[in-house]
Amino acid sequence: MQTSSSPHLHSAAPVSSVMLRVIYALIPGVIATIWFFGWGVAVNVMLAAIVALASEAVMLAARGRPIKPFLLDGSALVTAFLLALSLPPLAPWWITLIGTAFAIVVAKQLYGGLGCNPFNPAMAGYVVLLISFPREMTQWLAPETVSGHALSFAQAAQVIFSGAAPPGLTLDAVSAATPLDTLKTHLHLGETVEAARRASPVFGSLGGLGWEWINGLFLAGGLWMMYKKVITWHIPVALLGGLLVMSTAFHLFNGDAYVSPAFHLFSGAAMLGAFFIATDPVSACTTPRGKLYYGAGIGILTYIIRAWGGYPDGIAFAVLLMNMAAPLIDHYTQPRVFGHKK
Amino acid sequence: MSATPYGKIVHDGLWANNPAFVQILGLCPLLAVSNSVINALGLGLATLLTLTLSNTIVSLIRNLVTPEIRLPVFVLVIASVVTAIELAMNAYLHELHTILGIFIPLIVTNCIIIARAEAFASKNTVARAATDGFMMGLGSALALVLLGALRESLGHGTLLANAHLVFGEAAKDWTITLVEHYHGFLLAILPPGAFIGLGLLIAVKNVVDSHIERRSAQAVPLPHEAGATA
Repeated sequence: MQTSSSPHLHSAAPVSSVMLRVIYALIPGVIATIWFFGWGVAVNVMLAAIVALASEAVMLAARGRPIKPFLLDGSALVTAFLLALSLPPLAPWWITLIGTAFAIVVAKQLYGGLGCNPFNPAMAGYVVLLISFPREMTQWLAPETVSGHALSFAQAAQVIFSGAAPPGLTLDAVSAATPLDTLKTHLHLGETVEAARRASPVFGSLGGLGWEWINGLFLAGGLWMMYKKVITWHIPVALLGGLLVMSTAFHLFNGDAYVSPAFHLFSGAAMLGAFFIATDPVSACTTPRGKLYYGAGIGILTYIIRAWGGYPDGIAFAVLLMNMAAPLIDHYTQPRVFGHKK
Repeated sequence: MSATPYGKIVHDGLWANNPAFVQILGLCPLLAVSNSVINALGLGLATLLTLTLSNTIVSLIRNLVTPEIRLPVFVLVIASVVTAIELAMNAYLHELHTILGIFIPLIVTNCIIIARAEAFASKNTVARAATDGFMMGLGSALALVLLGALRESLGHGTLLANAHLVFGEAAKDWTITLVEHYHGFLLAILPPGAFIGLGLLIAVKNVVDSHIERRSAQAVPLPHEAGATA
């Protein structure tokens, strides 16, 4: 099985090796996420992987497609990883189950499986969870250095599967809103960015505490993918550029109400989104110029949603919105065929 | 044009030409108010009544209306019927009327109604037109209730909540709780749930249809049956 998003732009690498490299590139960021937010992340990743493979197998069987080659191509695993990394570290098991099953069954297989889905499956699953279960989905953990509690793997699994906190610990003691969420709440109360950063321990020097490392390592993994030619530079550069331009402009305009560009680049899902989510070869634009528009669109929309929208982070919505626009962008950015006039 | 047999009118309205699942008409109210069985039933009954009455009246006046002005006349008939139904609902089912709000007057613009007036009632006798209106309305109402049941059970874990809005005080405890302490699955209640739910129901109908087709293809058709279906 070979990838070719469009007949005229062909890549010779088989899907499985591409997906394997994506998973390798995710590893540093995953380790950092586990380091700061505990073993719950690992439990979520494993659970999502199992659910993704199971639902993929069931759907392939139901659709009468060969199961083994599609299951081994790793695309379902990448979807599971991306979704699980976006979930709150101690999200109840059924959150992961519903989100992953929706991503694979509805957003991927019902549209025709790998190569046919117009929306990024992981982000479709994430958005379904976010709008369906707002309470569970916004209950993030404080970094372990802040809360002072480190849950063991067994304890984290216990919280995820039973919902009960281990003895001697309440979940309120370890949970906190994400830095983006906290900032939004404070700004909503009319406070300045500086006051918000002083008031809450979840902020770090650049972005959120811990988040700057997580984003930094996803950035490193993304650069490695570029070096290995798994992805091209267009989408990440355009996405981060769009986010950077917007956040710099508004930060210079009013630094009290609009947080610094560094905070935007190193908080939430910025780097994960730029290098791993937006670059999904199936649902993104395929022409080089189209990728630039597509990436910039996601960056700008993410900023708009973060700054003025109802949700703390906007990567998922921005990606889905630009997925919708991708075919149109591709249509208008077809490269000139050699020897032909435009 | 030969008269359509009643059996075909019933089959068309309920299944073969179901307004929601086959014609995909009148989706705006269908998607907007199908978030619970009772809301869906309320709108379904209002649509059913409108369709039956408007089809009857259009058929009664079909020989008096010249083709050039038929559409404005049909719209006036439909608007009058809907206004009467809306006022009646406001008087007798006030709470339900408040919940359904704008979607009751909007029945005027529902394409199923003008479509049946134009395609069927203006060309058929009163009895047939009334039957068609009733069956199309029933098909639409059943689709609404089915979608409402799907969304309410997934979204709230209940069925027939607030039944007293349609059936009076006696129905207050009709609510069936499917799952105790259900978390709620907001997606099913929100607009995306309506689209996904309708899509799944249409898919189920198509599966049933293709199953029936395969069955009848296996059985050797008798000559006169083959002629009748052609």
